[in-house]
Amino acid sequence: MLRTFAKGGVHPPENKLSADKPIEVLPLPAKVSIPISQHIGAPATILVAKGDRVRVGQLIAQSSGFVSANIHSSVSGVVDSIEPLLDSSGYKRPAVTIVVDGDEWEPAIDRSPVLKREISTDAEGIIKKITDAGIVGLGGATFPSHVKLSVPAGKKVEVLIINGVECEPYLTSDHRLMLEKGHEIMVGIQLLMRVLGVDKAMVGIENNKPDAIKHLTDISPEYKGITVHALKVKYPQGGEKQLIKALINREVPSGGLPIDIGAVVHNVGTAYAVYEAVQKNKPLFERVVTVTGKNLAKPSNFMVRIGTPVAELIAAAGGLPEDSAKVVNGGPMMGKAVSDINVPVTKGTSGIIVFPAAESKRKAESVCIRCAKCVTACPMGLEPYLLIRMSQRMMFDRMEGERVLDCMECGSCSFECPANLPLLDYIRLGKAEVNKIIRARKN
Amino acid sequence: MDSKLVVSPSPHVHSGESTSRLMFNVVLALMPAFAVSLYYFGLGALIVTLLSVLSCVFFEYLIQKFLLKVTPTISDGSAIVTGLLLAFNVPSNLPWYIVVVGSLFAIGVAKMSFGGLGSNPFNPALAARVFMLISFPVQMTSWPLPIESRLKYVDAITGPTPLAIVKEGLKKGDTVTQIADQIPTHMQLFMGVMGGSLGEIAAFALLIGFVWLLYKKVITWHIPISIIATIFVFTGILWLINPEGNADPIFHLLTGGVMIGAIFMATDYVTSPMHPKGMVIFGIGIGLLTVIIRVWGAYPEGVSFAILIMNAFVPLLNRYVKPKRFGEEVKRNG
Repeated sequence: MLRTFAKGGVHPPENKLSADKPIEVLPLPAKVSIPISQHIGAPATILVAKGDRVRVGQLIAQSSGFVSANIHSSVSGVVDSIEPLLDSSGYKRPAVTIVVDGDEWEPAIDRSPVLKREISTDAEGIIKKITDAGIVGLGGATFPSHVKLSVPAGKKVEVLIINGVECEPYLTSDHRLMLEKGHEIMVGIQLLMRVLGVDKAMVGIENNKPDAIKHLTDISPEYKGITVHALKVKYPQGGEKQLIKALINREVPSGGLPIDIGAVVHNVGTAYAVYEAVQKNKPLFERVVTVTGKNLAKPSNFMVRIGTPVAELIAAAGGLPEDSAKVVNGGPMMGKAVSDINVPVTKGTSGIIVFPAAESKRKAESVCIRCAKCVTACPMGLEPYLLIRMSQRMMFDRMEGERVLDCMECGSCSFECPANLPLLDYIRLGKAEVNKIIRARKN
Repeated sequence: MDSKLVVSPSPHVHSGESTSRLMFNVVLALMPAFAVSLYYFGLGALIVTLLSVLSCVFFEYLIQKFLLKVTPTISDGSAIVTGLLLAFNVPSNLPWYIVVVGSLFAIGVAKMSFGGLGSNPFNPALAARVFMLISFPVQMTSWPLPIESRLKYVDAITGPTPLAIVKEGLKKGDTVTQIADQIPTHMQLFMGVMGGSLGEIAAFALLIGFVWLLYKKVITWHIPISIIATIFVFTGILWLINPEGNADPIFHLLTGGVMIGAIFMATDYVTSPMHPKGMVIFGIGIGLLTVIIRVWGAYPEGVSFAILIMNAFVPLLNRYVKPKRFGEEVKRNG
């Protein structure tokens, strides 16, 4: 019996179309648009001006606070404009557009492919490099990594958990990374362990990636303290709280953080970025992106420079099929539909999914038949059917008591609902309103 | 492609499950029991079932179209399920006009007057059954004998149900051993060779339906198993205390409406609790009430009343019995 989390969860069709496609380096685009807000927290402060020449890996926007992240140029060339541009959030936000000219890297970056295993940096040095490199959670949440690695006074970390679950259907970027960069990830994990002062790290991988499980298990004896664990396939196991529950059977308290129960979780992609930042001096300016879809000619995994227009990735994967009607940035369960395929790839872009017209629109709603499938599906033990009613009736004050803020918006309820009710839409509205109430109370 | 892209909030995929598919699976799950009923009760079972289903669908259409002036939703299949369950809960020789009146009550009063699918507090088929039982007590308690009446409808040869035989016998002061030769064996009961409502008799056929519903994830085990376990334990205790004054627990499980009630009536989505803890309490309540009515009440059979009474508690159970939230039991370190 494979381990998994206890409560709720669903099993959407996996559709991992690009699982056996090795990571290809996407050719350099003609220009990139790099948003200065690619992470949770304050936008970075722009350091360059129009007309400036920049190199690959050069800092172009500086972290503007503790919860913020540095932004580096992903190409070499000339800054063409600094203006608000549409990104995958659906809003126009400031971005630095650079016209590509050559591929001149910052000289400090070690571009050799040689694996560098020995760790010569101390904990403080590692965290400084992670901060400088602008690393954020690459699983999609884009929370600045150095914040998660700063253990508050009085808390003790017992175990580092590495998320190789990739529970979202379609996505394969973490899968490919684990297969192709296993050793680098392992070194990255050791670096993270040193920062946190733990001697134990657990890598959780869902059982639909047996090759990745085998590869990492085979090499794990070379890396002290790291164990690899196969998990039963169940969405949303990649959720921090679900993964902790599955691996060490502890529950993060409501409103709390993993650190409250002695755990810190990082994604495999983040571990790889940490390796590159610390061992190779390379800031975070490129990442693996899965480009996929049922009608796409060539579903692929690309190594992409941040800021590359999504349209270029789709073109490289065989072009936009005729009947496409929706393009999603991220996974099908939690990703964002974009309104324009020219939005740039950001640090949080794990995948681009192109949906055919037939799968793009929601089906008509019918009445709630109280089948309780949403209650059974909710991994947080909430009652979506009740939350949607309260939200529709604007009973926001009662939603707080029903723990609406515990909702992580995994979408399992809406996925299961036989009446096609927009459960999560209304729960999101409720969360926003409850947050307003809480803010008002504090003032 | 110059057409605009669809932008909608996540999730962007759906399970494909729908109300009509769920209802269709319930109809499928009822088919083994229907086949057995046709085998034992023949013509009567066919007429009553068809009439009940058609009237339920027809009345729902009429009420939605002309009274409520909304788009009829008969294609969701819920009226078909109500019609089937209503027919399964009445004798196969029930005169046609009672079937029609019962269907009108089920759809018109028990379902639509509360707002239609999703809003009715009581199971429509059971509410109609109780309405018919009180309004037409004679016709509703004359039970055609299996097999002998296959080619007959209202003129079927009738006899008492095993539960009624036991109840009458015990009331007269007979012991279980004295009654034993008047009632079918456990195996016969399991196969449905007894008088009773047309769809409730064959436990094995209903259990096939149960497996189907579980396999298709239409229902969970919580309600049926807690009802069956409660009845088994409660009647088992009574039987162990006084084996001559009480029927054995297996007999109780195989007779009357226990199986159809536990598997198909109590699990009605709209009128059952929303989470597992509530479902188990609901099931235990139904089990206890059923035995109390059967052993100490005036009716030999108590499942319908038990379910309807527990239906009334569902809003309370939903309100006060909450699922265990993630992170509720806090284990902190340090």
